[in-house]
Amino acid sequence: MKKMLNLSSNPHIRDEVNTAEIMRDVVIAMIPTTLYGIIQWGLNPALVVLFTVAVAVLSEFLYEKFMKMPITIGDWSAAVTGLILALNCPPDIPVWIPCVGAVFAIIAIKMLYGGLGKNWMNPALGARCFLLISFAGKMTGWTTIGADALSGATPLAYLKAGGDMAKINICDMFLGRIPGTIGEVSKLCLLFGAAYLIIKKVISPKIPLVYIGTVAVFTLLFGGHGFDVTYLCSEILGGGLIFGAFFMATDYVTSPITPNGQIIYGVILGIMTGLFRLFGGSAEGVSYAIILTNIIVPIINLKTIPVAFGREGEKK
Amino acid sequence: MNKYLERIYNGIIKENPTFILMLGMCPTLATTTSAFNAIGMGLSTTAVLMFSNMVISALRNVIPNRVRLPGEIVVIASLVTIVQLLMQAYTPAVYESLGIYIPLIVVNCIILGRAEAYALFNAPIVSFCDGLGMGIGFTFSLTVLGAVRELIGKGSVFGFQLIPSDFSIGIFALAPGAFIVLAFLSALQNKLRLPSATNGGQEVPEFVTSGDVLGAFNKTEEAPASEEKKEA
Repeated sequence: MKKMLNLSSNPHIRDEVNTAEIMRDVVIAMIPTTLYGIIQWGLNPALVVLFTVAVAVLSEFLYEKFMKMPITIGDWSAAVTGLILALNCPPDIPVWIPCVGAVFAIIAIKMLYGGLGKNWMNPALGARCFLLISFAGKMTGWTTIGADALSGATPLAYLKAGGDMAKINICDMFLGRIPGTIGEVSKLCLLFGAAYLIIKKVISPKIPLVYIGTVAVFTLLFGGHGFDVTYLCSEILGGGLIFGAFFMATDYVTSPITPNGQIIYGVILGIMTGLFRLFGGSAEGVSYAIILTNIIVPIINLKTIPVAFGREGEKK
Repeated sequence: MNKYLERIYNGIIKENPTFILMLGMCPTLATTTSAFNAIGMGLSTTAVLMFSNMVISALRNVIPNRVRLPGEIVVIASLVTIVQLLMQAYTPAVYESLGIYIPLIVVNCIILGRAEAYALFNAPIVSFCDGLGMGIGFTFSLTVLGAVRELIGKGSVFGFQLIPSDFSIGIFALAPGAFIVLAFLSALQNKLRLPSATNGGQEVPEFVTSGDVLGAFNKTEEAPASEEKKEA
């Protein structure tokens, strides 16, 4: 009874869900694709995942200890950052490189801005781009799947270089039998994880679907292949688009919170990714598209504040 | 302390142009890709700074107040042209690697700032020492930045390989690295509460950091008196 009479400022209805639970769900959702990467490529991806997560959590702990801030490693967000970063690395990467990236992600991109919720850029992706610029060769040295692991090109790079469309196998791309980063290749595992997040209502499918749809439309319009299903599918399934759309573009901190803003965000992401992929120098553009669009998220939020209930008729 | 030495000390430590006054950020960010480039930039700026301070100070009673900016720029630009031609003749390697940033010394705000804030109100010799101090301070800061960036970005300092290049983080030798390193050094400075224009710990001369050119222009009438008082 006492609880009922308690006066407080809004929000009045609270859910029991907290940050740690949401972040744990995100980790659970990424387990299938992590396992797939480890099974496909063996020991090195396992070490990369293990050490990157450990270094990410440790650097958050040490920074907060050193700065005499409350220790927040219990909210799992550092572990999510480390895991996403590890999954964004190629399987043959020397383990210390993603560890450097993890320190950069946590210290420079997240903690220096004030910690979780105050960073404007997705830490894992910012660190990936940091590594991509610093270690261009090692970050794009792909290994194909198979007993005698040969290095090869991702389907996107293969098509960009004018490869033969007939050699593209959509089924392989969907199941993950293609070169790529540890976590991006198996679309089946990724969609499995994404479905878990959507069912648990951790993410809304709005941003990913708008994002992927925009990339599809952009590719059809400007790809130069007309309506070619194989080409379209390889653009959607061949790179990091599915991983990026469901697990990185939906980051709570760096995506818009307004309903219309999320649609605008998805469209801008799609156009940017299309521009980078089709007209840029590199075959892939998801990471850069997301971190660049992160910059304008505050503006999107400001410009798309929904009209409050009961105020629809008012003149502005 | 001897007032000439005091000027030099002031430029290097108390009012270090890069870390404390936060002046001349464009050449600081652009030319500190390696310790060698940083020293080249620092020394050429020092040469211009010493002589521009001296010449402007000598001409301070001749230059009419209303056209003093064009007057100063003419002096600075002539000196920069001399330095540029000398570098092209005697140190072609440095000249090549610094490129456009040598002519851009003309618009380096440290030089104009010292001319406006100091040389216009003080005698030539002491202005020369002020320019020398500021120049050494600038060279020192640039070299520190350049050495840190070169060490992390290429694994070497002054071209001596200290860390195998496999372990160097290339981004630090590129443009983003300049911003990251400078921001980290400034943040460290703020954390340790060292004086800096960014944390209010340093009482900066109003002419130098306000960026308020018009305000400075209007205040010139009473400013000489206050500067001279400080000297006395």
